[in-house]
Amino acid sequence: MMQNWLRRLYFGVVALFIAAPLVVVLGVSVNQKQDLTFPPKGFSLAWYSQIFTDPEWRSALIASLLLALSSAAIAVSVALPLSWFLWRRKAPWARIFQLLGVAPFILPPVITALGFLTFWATTGFYGQPWTAAISHAIFFVTLPLVTLSLGFASIDNSLVEAASTMGADDRTVARTVVLPLILPYLVSGYAFAFVLSLNEYIIAYMTIGFTMETLPIKIFNALRYGYTPTMAAVSVFFVALAALVFGLIAKFGDIRKLLGAMGSEVR
Amino acid sequence: MRREAPNSLADYGPLLYPAVMLVVFFVVPFSTMIAVSFFKRDPAGFYKTDFVLDNYARFLTTFFGSVLGFSLMLAVLVAICCVAIAFPFTYLLTKCSRKVQTVWLVCLLSVLSLSEVIIGFSWSTLFSRTAGVTNLLVAIGLMSEPQALLPGFGAVLTGMVYQALPYTILVLYPALVRLDPTLLEAARTLGSSPVRAFFNVVTPALRNTLVATLIMVFVFALGSYLLPQILGRPQHWTLSVLITDQAIYQSNMPFAAAMAVFLVLISLALVGLTLLVGRKENAA
Repeated sequence: MMQNWLRRLYFGVVALFIAAPLVVVLGVSVNQKQDLTFPPKGFSLAWYSQIFTDPEWRSALIASLLLALSSAAIAVSVALPLSWFLWRRKAPWARIFQLLGVAPFILPPVITALGFLTFWATTGFYGQPWTAAISHAIFFVTLPLVTLSLGFASIDNSLVEAASTMGADDRTVARTVVLPLILPYLVSGYAFAFVLSLNEYIIAYMTIGFTMETLPIKIFNALRYGYTPTMAAVSVFFVALAALVFGLIAKFGDIRKLLGAMGSEVR
Repeated sequence: MRREAPNSLADYGPLLYPAVMLVVFFVVPFSTMIAVSFFKRDPAGFYKTDFVLDNYARFLTTFFGSVLGFSLMLAVLVAICCVAIAFPFTYLLTKCSRKVQTVWLVCLLSVLSLSEVIIGFSWSTLFSRTAGVTNLLVAIGLMSEPQALLPGFGAVLTGMVYQALPYTILVLYPALVRLDPTLLEAARTLGSSPVRAFFNVVTPALRNTLVATLIMVFVFALGSYLLPQILGRPQHWTLSVLITDQAIYQSNMPFAAAMAVFLVLISLALVGLTLLVGRKENAA
């Protein structure tokens, strides 16, 4: 009885710690006037509509979405053949590419960011929008790599063998048996990379920070020149979007299994 | 499916594209950065090709030493706070129903994916004079006037613990899920209370996991670059902030690269240590 009560209290304190800053930001974002006050004075959703109507915020939103969509797609396109090869073939030295895929994610991000900055500056492409897409893709390739490796490992071998026995060649097996089975893992890998790319600051800033603004860059720049409730509205929007995406992954897949495997992959 | 060794060159086909991408866009940039750390600064452009050790020699100044010392101290403190909060929490979480676990994991992932900019902004709002937590204390009569709680060391530490806590929980989660339940049952049967069993049985059993987690959170915290800027004063800036500052605002790419190489070496040494600790645990 006592123990149960203590547990509730502990969970409550952690939940409060995690939710507190977000609740304040939510409150601030519905202020009627352009004030930083909490509890909010008046109620207005005008700051939310400004994300879509104000040309600067809208172009930052579009830039962020395009960057996240394309970089997640490139990340999956790199991770899929690599994880397939590691599953299908016995080639121990190929593990080095798996290590290369995980390395940028484990090192402090500023290092990867500086690596890209020097690279793009040396090759003369510094500031081009597509450089950020490639940089993000390499940085986040870890996520689809981990989910896809898990997906391949969970395939029941007898299904694949049955298909081969019935005369299907490698290509047919891949298309009709393997692909449908790993599709959920592919989607969640894409979703992880998408959400994290949407929120990433330092790499985007070091690669394209001087030519265009993504939403995190825009928020940080706005933070320097004073406060607008639109920043709060964008933050709430991002939290909601992340919760939605991860909620969907949890609904259609087993997020506990996914996270259980991720931890062991990192170690 | 039976795994086969690749027989012909064509079997390596699928590996080609990922290998090229990772080598061209990770190995080459990384090597470029190491090369640039030996180059000379060029005020007009990015750098001049050269071979000098000046960039590394600058580490010997007291300014750099104090920044490095502060970064390491801050990261250690963040790691200890996070593991101290997260370890009992994650343990209790694994004892909850599947549904409760799923909800918590979704929330933690959402916070983990948040941009450092948004975390910094949220905490700067919570610590501000006009919209902050002190207004609440005034309302219940504990304080006479609202106060700003930033910039300061406490604010930086709180923000960084907030950022690293979901990460810590998610790193600890797999190890605690897999923990052998018979260990705990034995302790309970022999008459120890759940709290005693946690400290005397679970904690020693996971000692190596805890050390590995501390190191991983430490490396994670070393990478924080925006929170010290948003929530702290210049004396609270970390090595990551200094690297960004040198690369972008002082346009001294070689020095920034040298610092980054140094940071890689520290991180790699620590990750290596983690792997070593992990291996011991598996062997035992």
